[in-house]
Amino acid sequence: MDITRAKIRELRKALDEKQISAEELCGEYFKKIKADDTKLLSYITVTEDKAKEMAAAAQKLIDEGKSSALTGIPLAIKDNICVEGVRTTCSSKMLENFVPPYNATVIEKLNADGYVLLGKTSMDEFAMGGSNQTSAFAKTKNPYDTERVPGGSSGGSAAAVSASLAPAALGSDTGGSIRQPSAFCGVTGIKPTYGRVSRYGLVAFASSLDQIGPICSDARDCAVMLNAICGQDAHDATSARADVPDFTAKLGQPVKGMKIAMPKEFFSDDIDNDVKSAVEKAAKSLEAQGAELVECSIPGLKYAIPAYYLIACAEAASNLSRFDGIKYGFRGEGRTFEELIRDSRSKGFGEEVKRRILLGNYALSSGYFDAYYKKALALKQEIIKEYNEVFELADVILTPTAPTPAYKIGAQDNDPVKMYMADICTVTVNIATLPGISTTCGYTADGLPIGMSIIGKRFDEQTILQCADAFEQGFEPVAPKL
Amino acid sequence: MSAYYPTMGLEVHAELLTNSKVFCTCSAEFGGAPNSRCCPVCSGLPGTLPVLNRRAVEYIIKAGYVMNCDISRFTKWDRKNYFYPDLPKAYQISQMPRPVCLAGTVNINVNGEEKAIRINRIHLEEDAGKLIHDDVNRISLADYNRCGIPLIEIVTEPDFHSADEVIAFMEKIRLLLQYAGICDCKMEQGSIRCDVNISIAPKGSSELGTRTEMKNLNSLKAIAKAIEIEIERQEEILDNGEKVIQQTRRFNEALGETTAMRSKEDAQDYRYFPDPDIPPIIFTEEELEAIRLSIPELPEQRVERYVRDYSINKKDADIIVGDKRICDFFDEAISEYDNPKAVANYVIGELMRRINLGEADMDNLKFGGREFAQLVEYMQTDKVSQANAKTILREMIENGGTPKDIADRSDLWIKEDSDLLAKTVDEIIANNPKAAEQYRGGDQKVFGFFMGQANKALKGAASPKAIQEYIRKKLSE
Repeated sequence: MDITRAKIRELRKALDEKQISAEELCGEYFKKIKADDTKLLSYITVTEDKAKEMAAAAQKLIDEGKSSALTGIPLAIKDNICVEGVRTTCSSKMLENFVPPYNATVIEKLNADGYVLLGKTSMDEFAMGGSNQTSAFAKTKNPYDTERVPGGSSGGSAAAVSASLAPAALGSDTGGSIRQPSAFCGVTGIKPTYGRVSRYGLVAFASSLDQIGPICSDARDCAVMLNAICGQDAHDATSARADVPDFTAKLGQPVKGMKIAMPKEFFSDDIDNDVKSAVEKAAKSLEAQGAELVECSIPGLKYAIPAYYLIACAEAASNLSRFDGIKYGFRGEGRTFEELIRDSRSKGFGEEVKRRILLGNYALSSGYFDAYYKKALALKQEIIKEYNEVFELADVILTPTAPTPAYKIGAQDNDPVKMYMADICTVTVNIATLPGISTTCGYTADGLPIGMSIIGKRFDEQTILQCADAFEQGFEPVAPKL
Repeated sequence: MSAYYPTMGLEVHAELLTNSKVFCTCSAEFGGAPNSRCCPVCSGLPGTLPVLNRRAVEYIIKAGYVMNCDISRFTKWDRKNYFYPDLPKAYQISQMPRPVCLAGTVNINVNGEEKAIRINRIHLEEDAGKLIHDDVNRISLADYNRCGIPLIEIVTEPDFHSADEVIAFMEKIRLLLQYAGICDCKMEQGSIRCDVNISIAPKGSSELGTRTEMKNLNSLKAIAKAIEIEIERQEEILDNGEKVIQQTRRFNEALGETTAMRSKEDAQDYRYFPDPDIPPIIFTEEELEAIRLSIPELPEQRVERYVRDYSINKKDADIIVGDKRICDFFDEAISEYDNPKAVANYVIGELMRRINLGEADMDNLKFGGREFAQLVEYMQTDKVSQANAKTILREMIENGGTPKDIADRSDLWIKEDSDLLAKTVDEIIANNPKAAEQYRGGDQKVFGFFMGQANKALKGAASPKAIQEYIRKKLSE
């Protein structure tokens, strides 16, 4: 068997039983990356030398019998999560040579476990996009069809896991950036409840929506990864005090009696028939296991896209202001501060990033603040309320992850609004600060994966993991052929 | 007599005396080598997040209490967005709609008249860094040490009508902030800064004129001067039938003039919005009460204590309380020697005199209140003469040490040696027979001459009382 196709828990066993050393294991992945990533471009930076050192240290722990869940496990990290001493670009020319002098909290946690870094994965520039095509460096391809997008913005992470160039990866999700590429690439990704995982060291896109989460080959591995990265952090005032349970605890428990809501707005004509029927089929399979399907409505969905883009762009406009060419990153030219800042930002940012900065600043400017930003915050409250109402009737909510399967590269290049509309199925989960997991529920006739999302109550990742796992146990995934 | 009536309001920025910065754990101390007191958070590296220093919040609540403000039970932070190289995040974390403190009052006394100045609001924000412009090499360098030092901004209502009132207010809040331990208020180091909004209107007019905002006022002297010349400038404009333009003006102390920085038309849109990284705070009554109770004794309370408990007159008490360093020194001294009046007299009469002469400096004093009190006690109990006390104090100022060691070393004690006294005075009388005759003949004035001669010869070895008694006795023989 090709070990790179193994799950984290299988790798754990192989390492602990000395069937393979940590150095050999990461070596297998680097071999694969060298062979296949020229076709996919999922990595921006591959950290082979660092990985060898990390693997040696991990092996020592394993030899001493001190291994924990991720000791010696190679992982890929999205390139907006700071790793000390490793270039962190956010796929932007602006940060092309930026080497952070500190680790994100999630990296500190993974280090404590003895993980091994394979490299930093490509993404849409500053996580803005759903195709990975706004990357300034590596426009990642879909492993199922290299003429198609892998999704985004964590497209590099999803493609790498899908093509077995990493057993698991970290991504970040502001409006679907973990779930949608997971769906497009046929893997499983979870966006935890806002506050579950520290954002310290995640280069901010929209602070009230951003959340780090894992992309893995199944829900069980997602649970293992969550166990390693969750928890309150003194460096992030928005990280939650909530107790961190063992996320693997409910895996394997039957879904009998679980109430699964399917809001009708998520199954409208805007959703591809292939997608709808695959998700509905998956619902039937869960029903067959004893789950109860509940009809419901989230009418606020029609406001989701404007509300999301107003909040996200407003926060992004402010968050990305620090990239001014003064302290680090790309520096343009100019005789005055103003000229220098203007030139640095004009040349350092790509088109989509600039579009969102303009949108955000417009929404925040005096005279428009009440009409746009404030209204968006009111919609956020409305959407939260509607979700709360649904959760009075149901344990989880089931929706498609994206309206379509992976589309052709370039198909949405000239239509930003159409591209924004493609986030319709995912953004409300971020707005409502809920956890959501995407797993593969079928394939199109062309063999493209179709993803479904299971949304849970705040801090109830356990139940959506349980539900996704219950489905996965009866589903045979098809690996991409490169 | 001017035909116009000036109206002013202030925006005062005061740096809080917290150990660490407001959103990270870097030292908040003044100075340091450039960029030695900053970290990924305060220098705005990507991915970093601010975590609010609760101590800074405690301090602003104290500031609110000492200025009689309403303390908001719910408060939150906003981002003020603008680009400038001294602001690494390109936004300042500040407070817009929900400041910690609202609606207060501070009483000032100008030329014997009490007046209440209304405080509009006090909010908490972070300071920016500093730019150093190197004109020779035509480059600008940024020092981020000051970035993230907690600041409170105190905004007053337009309640001032003279420079004297503004100065009195600044002095009053300086004392309040110092005594409450909120800010050290060193204008020269920029730990307290003041912008003045100023407008004039024809006397009797009920409407305010167009205001200008004056920046870069680094001393009380500069504030007074800037107000004076800005009022003159505006008067001239109105006298010429022109209109004052609403603008921000920079005071140039060297040239004694103000120049326009920017006008209202190019005022920036700061695009304030709630900072999503910092959760709002809700205070409980218990928390606020605990903070209120932790406020130390304030200047007015100290004056009251000195007058009531120590029978020090109000004027002297005001003088001592007028400088917190002296006041703390005084409190230390009277804990050593329980004679507040004598200590107060010597503090005001001698120590402060020397400070005013530039001989001593409260920030670098080589002795404490305890040593000072010992010296006063030696004088009061006739162990050291007044003249020798001055000598001892000079030595303490110059080199430190205890009065006992100095008196021992330089032989400055009163010895009450009656033989020495008798011998010395006898000699003086014998050498001045004419003066002795005059005294005996009823001319009391020459007594002073004998005292002076004796003091000089004895160099403090006898107490004035003993000398006096002996001279009287001898001349009456």
